[in-house]
Amino acid sequence: MRYEAPSSLDQAVALLAQESGEARVLAGGTDLLVQMRTDLVDPVLLVDIKGIAETRQIKEEAGGFRIGAAVTGAELKEHAKLRSTWPGLVEAANLIGSTQVQGRATMGGNLCNGSPAADSVPALIAAGAKASIVGPKGRRDLPVEDVMLAPRKLALTKGEIIASFLLPAKPKGAGDAYLRFIPRTEMDIAVVGCGVCLTIDSGGKCTAARVSLGAVAARPLLVEPAATALIGTKIDDAALKKLDAAAQAACKPIDDKRGTKEYRIKVAGVLARRATLIALERARKG
Amino acid sequence: MAKHHVTATVNGDEVEFLCETHETLLDALRDQLGLTGTKEGCSTGDCGACSVTVDGRLVCSCLMLAVEAQGKSIGTIEGVAHGEELHPLQRKFLEHAALQCGICTPGILVAAKALLEKQPNPTETEVRYWLAGNLCRCTGYDKIIRAVMDAASEMRGA
Repeated sequence: MRYEAPSSLDQAVALLAQESGEARVLAGGTDLLVQMRTDLVDPVLLVDIKGIAETRQIKEEAGGFRIGAAVTGAELKEHAKLRSTWPGLVEAANLIGSTQVQGRATMGGNLCNGSPAADSVPALIAAGAKASIVGPKGRRDLPVEDVMLAPRKLALTKGEIIASFLLPAKPKGAGDAYLRFIPRTEMDIAVVGCGVCLTIDSGGKCTAARVSLGAVAARPLLVEPAATALIGTKIDDAALKKLDAAAQAACKPIDDKRGTKEYRIKVAGVLARRATLIALERARKG
Repeated sequence: MAKHHVTATVNGDEVEFLCETHETLLDALRDQLGLTGTKEGCSTGDCGACSVTVDGRLVCSCLMLAVEAQGKSIGTIEGVAHGEELHPLQRKFLEHAALQCGICTPGILVAAKALLEKQPNPTETEVRYWLAGNLCRCTGYDKIIRAVMDAASEMRGA
């Protein structure tokens, strides 16, 4: 197994594109090293992207933020402006694993690991984030909800890397939130996760919303009917009831040791309501 | 293929070692550098027994490749005491009997030291969450939490 640590995206893309065997991008390694240890993957080439400046920076850009794909959860938490602007996103990323895992784990890795239960992904989707992808044919920006296709399957082609995420300028009166349900208080994988970002006008009416669910289908979902249930309302009980029903209707979960299908569907509705109320509280302050 | 030649700093001393790509920082610390205070528990990042700091950041050394340590500053349990003089956390762990079998202890001490450097006056809840990735199957945790709180208090001069 070769290890390369290029200092530019072009070099990283060339290494991945030219490798005929299995090649993997190494960011924080908190999933990849475990998968290598347990023989789930057996790459011949590891390309460590942490030496590439774009992957490691948080920058303000076009009124929003560009967050490097290899920025760690601990670094996201320490960025005061990012945390105050997108608290739901930072909280979602910080739910992944332990303090030790937070020292290494990245949002690029969380997405590219290809798990439907990845905590940062519904929060990115709700925020309207795009993945900035660099490959042999140049750069393209893809909405985060379109990156993962199915468990362990991504819309990236050979040689492509997610270099960074673009978070849009946050509108006035917008707030975001992410909640996940686990049977304990720490160190577990989502039974259901829900990210919500909504905007209210000066009269308290919801003018825009994005709702995303994780761990209830083969990939994290952008649930447009759930957003529609909120838009145009003052997010009253009737709107929350419609939101709950729309969230439940979008679920196509599996049964596993963490929860049954019926349980996940029910919890998805509950989390959607609760995350919406947190996002609304933040929208009122923002 | 040729092994990687890595130079790094461990507990303030410059070190160099050779490693294969698949070797973890934990492997290098224990097998190449003889620093066996860092323990191998689960090898999958769940138990925290292999906790070390890398450029001041707490990580599981089993979840980092040795070759990634190039140019980094690593802190291990061997760097916690000053010669014969124990760190306040180590003294408090003895006083509170916060260990039994001891396998988890080096990782917990390294993790707790990293917390107190960042937050000298943590609440009990903060200590419990910070150490949630350090599993102990002997003590039931309460003694560990009391030892960390007591050490924090002493270190603040309270």
